[in-house]
Amino acid sequence: MIPLSWYLILAAALFSIGLFGVLARRNAVAILLGVELMLNAVNINLVSFWRYGDISLMAGQVFAIIVFAVAAAEVAVGLALVISVYRRRNTVVAEDLDLLKW
Amino acid sequence: MNFWNDPLKVAADWLTGIFTGWGMDAVAANVLVAFLGVLMLITILMVIDIFLVWIERKVVARFQDRIGPNRLGPFGLIQPFADIIKLMIKEDTTPDGADKVVYNVAPLLSMMSVLILWAVVPLAPVMLGVDLNIGALFIIAAGSIGTLSIIMAGWSSNNKFSVIGAFRQVAVMVSFEIPMLATLLIPTIFSGSMGMNAIIQSQDIWFIFLSPLAALIFLIAAIAELGRAPFDLAEGESELVSGYNIEYSGMKFGMFYAGELLHAFTFGGFWAIMFFGGYRFLGLEKVSPFLAIAIILFKALIGYWVIMWVKYTVMRIRIDQMLAFNWKFLTPVAFVLVMVTALMNALLRGADSWLYITGMILSNIIVAWVSLEVVRSVSRKERERVEGVTQIAEAHH
Amino acid sequence: MTGTQIFFLIVGAATLFSGLMVVTTRNLIHAALWLVATLFGVAMIYAILDAGFLAVVQVVVYIGAIAILFIFAVMLTRRQAAETGPSVNANWWAGAFTAVVTFAGLTFMLKSWSGFSKQAAAIPSGFDAVNQLGNALTSPTGYVLPFEVASVLLLAALVGAVYLAFNKK
Repeated sequence: MIPLSWYLILAAALFSIGLFGVLARRNAVAILLGVELMLNAVNINLVSFWRYGDISLMAGQVFAIIVFAVAAAEVAVGLALVISVYRRRNTVVAEDLDLLKW
Repeated sequence: MNFWNDPLKVAADWLTGIFTGWGMDAVAANVLVAFLGVLMLITILMVIDIFLVWIERKVVARFQDRIGPNRLGPFGLIQPFADIIKLMIKEDTTPDGADKVVYNVAPLLSMMSVLILWAVVPLAPVMLGVDLNIGALFIIAAGSIGTLSIIMAGWSSNNKFSVIGAFRQVAVMVSFEIPMLATLLIPTIFSGSMGMNAIIQSQDIWFIFLSPLAALIFLIAAIAELGRAPFDLAEGESELVSGYNIEYSGMKFGMFYAGELLHAFTFGGFWAIMFFGGYRFLGLEKVSPFLAIAIILFKALIGYWVIMWVKYTVMRIRIDQMLAFNWKFLTPVAFVLVMVTALMNALLRGADSWLYITGMILSNIIVAWVSLEVVRSVSRKERERVEGVTQIAEAHH
Repeated sequence: MTGTQIFFLIVGAATLFSGLMVVTTRNLIHAALWLVATLFGVAMIYAILDAGFLAVVQVVVYIGAIAILFIFAVMLTRRQAAETGPSVNANWWAGAFTAVVTFAGLTFMLKSWSGFSKQAAAIPSGFDAVNQLGNALTSPTGYVLPFEVASVLLLAALVGAVYLAFNKK
């Protein structure tokens, strides 16, 4: 059968890919896409720890559901912010949004 | 165990025996048999789908006081095959600037989102794909894939009408998923399970008698999810030509069209499963699985007929009216109904069945009446705001 | 190599590949569609982990709502049909370096952990994960408080998103 390590490495790789997306992409929407990848990687870890630990303790699945809720909230507010910024500045490139940088 | 009591298992055992007899690995043989089963189900569904085209055309003709297809074969039964040949030999066009991969994947996803639903449909007590314990949620999940296929089709066609059509359809599907999910919770509350088979098995009394309002809301949400009239704004022939599938031709269009018809039939089936006892009818389902299949297909056809009836009777409404109808009326009513039903269920769980039924029906009637009263007072205020108080008073005299 | 292992490797490779495409594709609609593929792969991983409920919820919430929201946002914030300028910023190499170091660090750290190559225990017969999850989410001794807080968070996000994106004329 599949050892726990496979899931953990998969999650770590997905997390790193998401991290690269967050750090490197210019478009703010693309940055949020990277954040989604990172959240999913965390969820894989949570669920695999549930499965490989004591299966009657539901903490892993419950936390995963809370992460779903947080991800939905994050995307809703994040994209609303992006659209609001786009209306004012006519750009969604993160490095052009530098009003606070002096 | 003989063939007439459990045909699927007998057939599967027989096939597995043959394959392992050929020296095949047991696991591989099981996978192959499951694959063949899926193939058979899809084939039967596509054959049904062909005749759905005929039924749809015949019924719409009767509604519009016409005769409908009557030239090819008895009662025009060969007509759908002629339609298929026509679709096959049509030129397969791809618009300039279309996103080719996305454009070609979208019809497949659309068809897949419908076919995948049949994985959880119990055709008879012993005949179903998988008895998922989350079957009700599975319907919504498959609907999400349908939403995705529509936005892919609309965007990749590189046509402003198709994008607008897709936007509208997606807005409708995403928002009508919420009352649908809420009403799916009501059979779940009654039966204590989200599995389709468990829901059917616990319907000694059809759930429509326990919660008619939920059945009605489910039907409305299903029609919206299907994008049929009065909710066919994505099509809107007079304004959008034909919506998200405008650029598709030939068999790719055929897949959207066939998918839509099969989707309507499938939701007729889900309506029957959730509220009309599925394959159960006066104990006839215990006689033979084949009789059970006939019963559920018949009920699904009735549901499909109701959906057609609505489609050809009610006129199309505007997108803002429709979204307002969902968010300001249907969703709150569905949520209130779920809460009331859960409360009544907790209160009346130990009571006699007649008390249980009466309590449930009464709570349904009260929720419906209160929501209608609220709507009436709100709409009266709105009309007074628009037209002025005096005219209303005059109109009343 | 058992069948499950092969299946896991295929699904995992597909998930990682589509994840990579999400962060490297230039066309943002394509990136969002690759995100859908990634999320679908993650849902399959949940299914392999015997968390069927989470797999379906993943499809409903992520593909049905979040990915659609992303596609809408990309369409609403496009200036021209084609994207202008490079898709990554000038410091992309630093980002790539950080990502690789994170991956290496995580793997190195996990390798030294004793439970790293643990095997899953068989699921006891009659164990209903959905039932257990429902009880855990609603029992006062379980996670009813986080559950309620999450619902308040969703409500706040709903109101906030409407307020932020509302077009004041």
